Amino acid sequence: MTATQRSTEEDLLPDGWEMVIGLEVHAELATRTKMFSPAANEFGGEPNTNIHPVCLGLPGTLPVVNRKAVELSIRIGLALDCTVGRCVWARKNYFYPDMPKDYQISQYDLPLNSDGQLELPSGAVIGIERAHMEEDTGKSTHVGESGRIHDAGYSLVDYNRAGVPLIEIVSRPEITGPEQAKEYVEELRSILVAVGASDGKMEEGSLRVDANVSVRPTGAEELRTRCEIKNVNSLRSLGRAIIFEARRHVQLYENGEAPRQETRHWDEEGGRTRAGRSKEEAEDYRYFADPDLVPIDPSQEWIDEIRAALPALPKDRRDALTGHGADPAAAATAVNRGLDGLALSAIENGADAERVLTHIAHNLAVDGADNLDAGNFAELVKMETSNALTSTQAKQVLAEMVETGNDPAAIATAHGFEAMDTGELEALVDSLIADHSDEWQRFVAAGQADDQKERKKMQGFFTGQIMKATKGQADGAAVNKLLSTKAGQAS
Amino acid sequence: MTSELTSATAIARDVAAGSRTAVSVAEEYLARISERDGEIHAFNTVMADDALAQATAVDEAVAAGHDVGPLAGVPIALKDNMCTRGVRTTCSSKMLENWVPPYDAAAVEKLRSAGAVAVGKTNLDEFAMGSSTENSAFGPTLNPLDPTRVPGGSSGGSAAAVAAGFSAVSLGSDTGGSIRQPAALCGLVGVKPTYGAVSRYGLIAFASSLDQIGPFAHDVADAAAVFDVIAGHDGRDSTSIPEQLPSMSDAVAASIADGIDGLRVGLVTELSGRGLDAFEPEVVAAGAAAADALAAAGAKVDEVSIPTAVAGLSAYYMIAPAEASSNLARYDGVRYGLREPGPNTASMMAASRTAGFGDEVKRRIMLGTYALSAGYYDAFYGKAQRIRTLMIQEFDRVYADFDVLISPTSPCVAFEFGAKADPLTMYYNDVCTIPSNLTGHPAMSIPFGLGAHSMPVGVQLMAPAMGEADMFRAAVALEAAAPQTGREPGASS
Repeated sequence: MTATQRSTEEDLLPDGWEMVIGLEVHAELATRTKMFSPAANEFGGEPNTNIHPVCLGLPGTLPVVNRKAVELSIRIGLALDCTVGRCVWARKNYFYPDMPKDYQISQYDLPLNSDGQLELPSGAVIGIERAHMEEDTGKSTHVGESGRIHDAGYSLVDYNRAGVPLIEIVSRPEITGPEQAKEYVEELRSILVAVGASDGKMEEGSLRVDANVSVRPTGAEELRTRCEIKNVNSLRSLGRAIIFEARRHVQLYENGEAPRQETRHWDEEGGRTRAGRSKEEAEDYRYFADPDLVPIDPSQEWIDEIRAALPALPKDRRDALTGHGADPAAAATAVNRGLDGLALSAIENGADAERVLTHIAHNLAVDGADNLDAGNFAELVKMETSNALTSTQAKQVLAEMVETGNDPAAIATAHGFEAMDTGELEALVDSLIADHSDEWQRFVAAGQADDQKERKKMQGFFTGQIMKATKGQADGAAVNKLLSTKAGQAS
Repeated sequence: MTSELTSATAIARDVAAGSRTAVSVAEEYLARISERDGEIHAFNTVMADDALAQATAVDEAVAAGHDVGPLAGVPIALKDNMCTRGVRTTCSSKMLENWVPPYDAAAVEKLRSAGAVAVGKTNLDEFAMGSSTENSAFGPTLNPLDPTRVPGGSSGGSAAAVAAGFSAVSLGSDTGGSIRQPAALCGLVGVKPTYGAVSRYGLIAFASSLDQIGPFAHDVADAAAVFDVIAGHDGRDSTSIPEQLPSMSDAVAASIADGIDGLRVGLVTELSGRGLDAFEPEVVAAGAAAADALAAAGAKVDEVSIPTAVAGLSAYYMIAPAEASSNLARYDGVRYGLREPGPNTASMMAASRTAGFGDEVKRRIMLGTYALSAGYYDAFYGKAQRIRTLMIQEFDRVYADFDVLISPTSPCVAFEFGAKADPLTMYYNDVCTIPSNLTGHPAMSIPFGLGAHSMPVGVQLMAPAMGEADMFRAAVALEAAAPQTGREPGASS
């Protein structure tokens, strides 16, 4: 964690308190079929179309483990430095209409992956307690005034999601604040996507985060009563929910009270967490080993095979870029967008790392980037850095490269793009200054009075005139530099 | 021994040879059903049209010279907890009274492709929980040998169907003795295969780690023929055994040809019933006589003590209800089956389950829920599982010295309706059969003479996992040595 981040996070609570956060991340695994059933694992189908007697839990049906789901889970385990070993399927029993069997097949005492860790880009290392497999539930829609279950007129259930394979990754309570929590989820998400285990789409619900939040006096070792926050649907909500909840705990302690261990729901509109319906009795899931399934005991050969086939992880990919002098944040963006391979090739082809990563971050859609030849991309950046193209022109050429697959020189020539030589540009600036002497005086005066607003306005005026005269081919940076130099000479 | 008329193997042979038609056989059995099942109530659903259609298809295949399979034209009854595509499958519960499965159980598929003709779905104790078929929501089944008495259970309908000549053979399921005990009470052969030998796919679960499908038949050869058809690996059941078992029909033939010289047989002291009031003296005597008969046939017979065997009953009545409490959770009124209205989801579920389940099912769901609860798990479910492990270890040690074990099947012959109204008395019926369910080992019941009230007595043979061939070998010898009872099929009619 960087020093600035730390201090920001420390300011979130009154002096003397710190947050203790553990995250439970559920990710849907990118398999073709469901966890225990031959039905398709697809998002967005018409309700109750991706179903089969097994995932509907019809009487007499039996679950059969999807081998691919186990393989993807082992990939995740290995990427998180976990111990991968024998695991036992367990039934978690509770009644809920969107759960076809009224029990969920999960893993309890013996999870597939245990005792791992995740190193964040900022350098912090968060322990991973376990990463176990389980099946997803269906989705209920409550039809009634509020859309909540209590006063619904009736409910509709869609079982398309029921039985979709999930991995639940449980961190140790070692996360220290909302920013670090977000960083953890982002890094975890990158890993899931990188190893091909999940699409990591929070907006489609294929990545879901529950936060266990507690507070304690700064520097203490103890773990105090935690609350589990559910219904957090974005990273932004995650941060807000954590802050709200931690402050609520501090307030309770400072009033001489204490929080109760409970599950709370994040209310996005109200900006607060709310207790679920009060439960008169504690939830007892009556876990026991599922007699319909046999334990999975992955062989060392299989684990080794999966490890050998693991693609480079986000951390390694970021390191590859920063090793070429790239800025860490820009490298992270490239990796998160999945365009780091392209960036690295371009840089290795001699293109300037900073310019390459700027294009990657701002001027390339992920979809179109497939069309782009790394050599051509490098060529474009070289033309730009050698001032053969202005940045505006380069952006336009890049867009056309993606569209047509042509090389940058051909595109630039076809458009008649040539960077103006400095003399030509200076002559143009001089003639504009002559034609607009009032505006020029205002620009110079604003510089002397350090009136940034006025100076910016006048600078914009001249830049606009020049772009108009050159049909956008002038290099904006060069124009600004010329204007500043001349204003300095004039004052 | 079986007359040619009712032997499944004879029917299959004749139908395949074209000397009888499958349709004429089906008509004969359906006629007996319409004549007498109104009294016996072996069936929840009679599949007359399906049966005739299937029989017609078999006859056409014979006429076309196609291979018709080992059970061609054999009328078979199916316990009503096995899914049949398009035919309601009720578990004798109001909960599933009108539920029609969209698929066939694996065992049913195999029977159909072997040419068997399903004639109907048979009555059972609700969700297979009971030992008399009195717990059916649709009324009890009567014992065809004496209609004032129970046929046993839970597969009472399947036993009664064969005993009454409504089908040549039938399938039951055995969780704690539910095939072997009714076989004993109805004078039939009944087999519980090694756990995993027959796919459970499509068998509506009672207790998943104990349930196993097996046949009822008039004789050992018929039981072997059905066994051979339904056994085999199935990728849809994760607990299915990948290895292939040898043919039991071959084991039967070998036994007839070569006898059982040298077969090591152990009479289990703790299951013999000696000195126990709950065992009828004729039953205890039959067990001993059966052991003597095997010795006379050339087996090496010894008595053997297995102390944990008696703990089986207690362990079973923790494990089976625990699994049942979870397996039966899905009957909540949401997706299929009975739904009773309620002001919200939880009350709808509670009302549906209250109305849909009978007393015995509710009793076991409550027992099982309690046994799995936080704070009680170790004392009840956990301890029962440890006993189960000890039993498996002890039986495996014994099987190092013995090929098969022998005991009575049930402490008593068929009893009168209402005679065992106290649940614990009823549970005790399973004392001899339960150990094989807990260990996963195969076991079968063979008729061996008559007991009290001239009702049949069954003797149980047990074998180690995958040890069915030796078990069938011993069964052939027992069958040959069994006292003539005058109850043999065909003898009374």
